[in-house]
Amino acid sequence: MTTVEEQLLPSKEPVRLIDQDGVLHDHSSYQLPTQQALVDGYVELIKGRRINDQASALVRQGRLAVYPSSHGQEACQVAASMVLADGDWLFPTYRDTVTIVSRGVDPIETLTLLRGDWHSGYDPYARNVAPQSTPLATQLTHAVGVAHAARLKGEDTVVMALCGDGATSEGDFHEALNFAAVFKAPVVFFVQNNGFAISVPLSKQTVAPSIAHKGIGYGVPGERADGNDLAGLLAVLGQAVDKARAGEGPQLVEAHTYRVQAHTNADDATRYRQDDEVTPWLAKDPIKRLEAYLSSAGLLSDDIKRRAEDAATRVAQQLRDGLMPEPSVDPEELFTHLYAVPTPQLAEQAAFLRDELAREEA
Amino acid sequence: MTHQKISMAQALNQALRDAMTADDSVLMFGEDVGALGGVFRITDGLTAEFGEDRCFDTPLAESGIVGMAIGLAMNGMRPVVEMQFDAFGYPAFEQIVSHVAKMRNRTRGRIALPMVIRMPYAGGIGGVEHHCDSSEGYYAHTPGLTVVAPSTVADAYTLLRRAIEWPDPVVFMEPKKLYWAKEEVDLTEPAPGIGTAVVRREGADATLIAYGPSVPVAMEAAEAAAAEGRELTVVDLRSVVPFDDETVCAAVRRTGRAVVVAEASGFASVSSEIVARVTERCFHSLAAPVRRVTGFDIPYPPPKLEKFQLPGVDRILDAVDDLQWEDS
Repeated sequence: MTTVEEQLLPSKEPVRLIDQDGVLHDHSSYQLPTQQALVDGYVELIKGRRINDQASALVRQGRLAVYPSSHGQEACQVAASMVLADGDWLFPTYRDTVTIVSRGVDPIETLTLLRGDWHSGYDPYARNVAPQSTPLATQLTHAVGVAHAARLKGEDTVVMALCGDGATSEGDFHEALNFAAVFKAPVVFFVQNNGFAISVPLSKQTVAPSIAHKGIGYGVPGERADGNDLAGLLAVLGQAVDKARAGEGPQLVEAHTYRVQAHTNADDATRYRQDDEVTPWLAKDPIKRLEAYLSSAGLLSDDIKRRAEDAATRVAQQLRDGLMPEPSVDPEELFTHLYAVPTPQLAEQAAFLRDELAREEA
Repeated sequence: MTHQKISMAQALNQALRDAMTADDSVLMFGEDVGALGGVFRITDGLTAEFGEDRCFDTPLAESGIVGMAIGLAMNGMRPVVEMQFDAFGYPAFEQIVSHVAKMRNRTRGRIALPMVIRMPYAGGIGGVEHHCDSSEGYYAHTPGLTVVAPSTVADAYTLLRRAIEWPDPVVFMEPKKLYWAKEEVDLTEPAPGIGTAVVRREGADATLIAYGPSVPVAMEAAEAAAAEGRELTVVDLRSVVPFDDETVCAAVRRTGRAVVVAEASGFASVSSEIVARVTERCFHSLAAPVRRVTGFDIPYPPPKLEKFQLPGVDRILDAVDDLQWEDS
């Protein structure tokens, strides 16, 4: 018999099904995902890594204003999308480009925010992906609202709400978990703990035993997983999604991962951490370990490798082709979308800008 | 029962009841709005009539309330939330400014947020600190929000119904000192919607421009001025955003003189915006600079001192007297 408290607390150690050497470990509560899921996930990881590295290169070429990379966190990115059904919702942050693309959103539309031709480029209702949130944790309460609306309508939608370790210090993180718990909203709060909020390490954000432990304060079950083990993440997130869908209320999952690169290309990580802190994490790379496991299990055929490489090449080409040309922008659009019907004052200002542009052209 | 004598609080309650009856997607939630019916009883009886799913209490956290409303609106609902008092809305400020106001623009119109943030506001009720702020300026300054402030019982009903049907988020400022004043009204009568100001009183000599709690004060001042032989027009803005330049400027051009009356501190305020707009548009019709009667630039005073802060009839009449009549 476990007590209510024990049911809310996370596992003693982060759930890990495949270790950094690619060795399989049994777990009393979680099963290894199917071979098909692991192979599909491997392809997505390779593709996700290529998206990160190609986008970073495009920043250096001046084609993106900035790119907060999830290099090294691809297992979290891929798992967050893979466990969702078509009708479910995803609430991503600015660092979650890979998971958005993995959910099926066009990569060029996904990068609109970072390219700078609009604040968000994709149709949120096409794949049920909310716009990427920049203000930390503010999207988490929206996720609760979407989930609650689904419940009121009798739909079995689950909402996956993403944030990082720094965002768990924000008031909205607390309010979202509390509201979700009180309304029994089917939300999976998925925290990618990558160790840093720009320069500030987790030790300066919280002294809680783990972020997953924060769930108990709201009556939300917390669980933690090795954030670089796709198999463990699929198992833990999959179970959290199932529980939320079954009416058990919100779930909190923390992934222990690491931001191996700087916050963005504009950041200088040497000012706040030593290289030797990064090195051990390179050995824990999510792709290497899955590759090692699939190889040893005889699942990594040349065919699969080719499939992964083709997907990666295709998406990289898509990014270069889509982002190299200068995007066309329309200054009229600055006034079009604020209201269903623009106010008379906005109509006047649009006319002013139109005249100014006409004079410049004349 | 077309004609009835009811208070603004009852009219707002009726508007919510009728909106919830007309449209199943309308939800009402916030702090103490369930069994209690709200601290001002605006949601009285709604939970009993429509059930816990339609009108409900939330945990005590304004950012969470507005954030959840955003998600509900994204997923097909028309949420109406209550910020218990003007100053209690500040924890939700980030949600309002960064998301409520920007979501439609951010997504090129793909996500609309049809939602209403009801906010009992302004002073004159002897409230202690944090219960009497005139916070409309913050919201009016934020592109993407619609800001409405009724001044009559009939308008409270009409404007709240229109706000709930509005395709965009509305910050609905309810002048709490007018909650209990009763008027004979016919709620079935058609009335102008959001974005239209109305002339409450016609007079040839000068125009008083007011909204929300300042309208009855302006009307009283106009009565007093008439007794002294000066006829004043009173324009009630009804909505601060969108701003009805046409009605306001037509009145000012007719009268050639104007005074703006508002409870909020005057510095960098809605009242200063009105003066700027009127001056830019009506300069050649003006016989005198546009004057303002506003709250001082101080935090809202404690109850025993609030009478010094509120624009009153005497200050308005003094401002009217100062409109350089000797030159005309």
